Amino acid sequence: MPAPSHDPVHGAVPGSGSVFAESGDFATEISDIADGDALGLAELHELDPDQVASPRAKRRLGLAFWIASGWFALVALAALLAPILPIDDPNKTVARPRLAPSSAHWFGTDALGRDVFSRTIWGGRISLVVGIGSILLGVLIGGAIGLLAGHYRGKVETILMGFCDVLLSFPALLLALAIVGFRDNRDVSTIVLAIGVVSIAPVARLVRANTMIYSQREFVTAARSLGASNARIMLREVLPNVVFPVLSFSVIAVAVAIVAEGGLAFIGLSVPPPTATWGGMISDGRNFLADAPWISLAPCFILFLTVLALNLAGDRLREFFDIREGAL
Amino acid sequence: MRFVRRKLIQLVVVLLCVTFLSFLLISLLPGDPATKLCAGAGGQECVDQKRTELRLDDPIPVRYVRWLGDAVTGDLGASARNQQPVWEALTQRVPVTIELLLYSQFMALIIAIPLGLLAAQRAGGILDRVSTTVLFGLLAVPSFMLALLLIYIFPVKLGWFQATGYTDFTDNPLESLGSLFLPALSLAAAEMAVYMRLLRTDLIATLQEDYITMAKAKGMPPRRILLRHAFKPSSFSLITVIGLNFGRLIGGALIIEIIFGINGLGKYTVDSILGQDFIPVQGAVLVIAVGYVLINFAVDMLYAALDPRIRHARALA
Repeated sequence: MPAPSHDPVHGAVPGSGSVFAESGDFATEISDIADGDALGLAELHELDPDQVASPRAKRRLGLAFWIASGWFALVALAALLAPILPIDDPNKTVARPRLAPSSAHWFGTDALGRDVFSRTIWGGRISLVVGIGSILLGVLIGGAIGLLAGHYRGKVETILMGFCDVLLSFPALLLALAIVGFRDNRDVSTIVLAIGVVSIAPVARLVRANTMIYSQREFVTAARSLGASNARIMLREVLPNVVFPVLSFSVIAVAVAIVAEGGLAFIGLSVPPPTATWGGMISDGRNFLADAPWISLAPCFILFLTVLALNLAGDRLREFFDIREGAL
Repeated sequence: MRFVRRKLIQLVVVLLCVTFLSFLLISLLPGDPATKLCAGAGGQECVDQKRTELRLDDPIPVRYVRWLGDAVTGDLGASARNQQPVWEALTQRVPVTIELLLYSQFMALIIAIPLGLLAAQRAGGILDRVSTTVLFGLLAVPSFMLALLLIYIFPVKLGWFQATGYTDFTDNPLESLGSLFLPALSLAAAEMAVYMRLLRTDLIATLQEDYITMAKAKGMPPRRILLRHAFKPSSFSLITVIGLNFGRLIGGALIIEIIFGINGLGKYTVDSILGQDFIPVQGAVLVIAVGYVLINFAVDMLYAALDPRIRHARALA
């Protein structure tokens, strides 16, 4: 998975990572800078003149964040409640095919006479389950890897981050595609697994970089001198600090995962029909763009708004949590 | 030189791991790979033949070394559907995809660089706000969605460009670029946003450096400061990201080539997956991953060539 789409500084540099990481090595540090973390390159974003002028601005999440979260909550709620909402069966022909949007069928009907609005809501279930599920998988595994690598350094780090470097050497979507392609069943769990595996390495890098920063702070030294075990330091001292950057990263990563699922579905490699998926619906409608554009455009629009909302929310969260010495 | 040697050793290790993972893909197949590789045709005879051909009974390291040896000498096996050697198919399709990728990178940069320069020069100004907002929106548009919209607007509504088809670059370069215009644009849009934002933030940081103030105090014209003094030191992360973005572009090309019916590497890969034809998929994954690693190796080298701080890291330390 995909580095957060619009924050490439957090992306990783295959081949320049930590296959040979030795502490105190300048070349390694440089690649850390390229990772954008160890020396905090990410806060270059904070040099925005607006924010330099009013440091208070970033301590508020802002209206845009709440609108974005509201939209996401609405989509999530609709997806969650789909079975009990008074909408048509997504897989049944309920009217004539390619009916224009009306009060009975808000988004019109598709080529098989199925209700596009209902299918969009049911499609949201797949998108959200895959988006959230795969990133959860990536955060759990990647987080553990990053925490261990950043805390223990040395050989542990070399092996774990080398593994991540290799994962990152594959273009993200290609790896997901290959995993899906070589498996027989294309149910939700396969898609979650494929996209989840791809998201392990970027999370691991982010967590490692942050762990390294916090491991050098006084409170960790204090805990260690009080005799705290490694596990306790990692879980009780470092982890609570690492959670916030990971959270804002994850919000954007969910958007990327939703797009990835959309792409897989678009080429027919996600959950097979007749199950509704946004990508699949967009693909179904592409032959009717001229006379029934709503079949494609309705799910397109919802997908766009959802991804935009997640990007926006994640971006605001990143700025919000980015507490630097200057702001304290 | 130490830097180069170190990078070369890393490159070899990563390449070995990447090829090994590509090789292991076949073992992801549920059940007996030989059965799946026959793609339902040929019966027991085919299965037995595949078993001996791939020597599936040998231990994995032995199989890997043999497979790698074959791959290096240009033997990636053959398609189960039409018996075409994978290597032959790849040599036809790789140039098409490379043209598409370079074209879209070029398109993204030619918009992003001037826009980033202008936006950073007047950070917080109207142009900065508008372009940042528009490009942020563009980031939320998946390439396949943009492709669909572009097909709807240009070939369907306006009758411009073709919706599908590709003219070979060696036949007619201009027509070739025309046939790839919409696909390349679909891929370039999101990259444009990434590049512009990155260059903008780096430039804003650079413009706060003391030597820029110095240049201003000397009375240098702002344009000259921006282009001669600020641009180069601000372009390093841009260069890294251009390399990394080849990965994302290849992912996008997997889908875009399908939509526009371009016979490139992406379409080959997806068609093979949909046809349950696994040997070509393995070959394509291998070639793409190795290509991606090599591109990023080249970017690392370029980076070092441009930024003396990296090259002379040892000397400084």
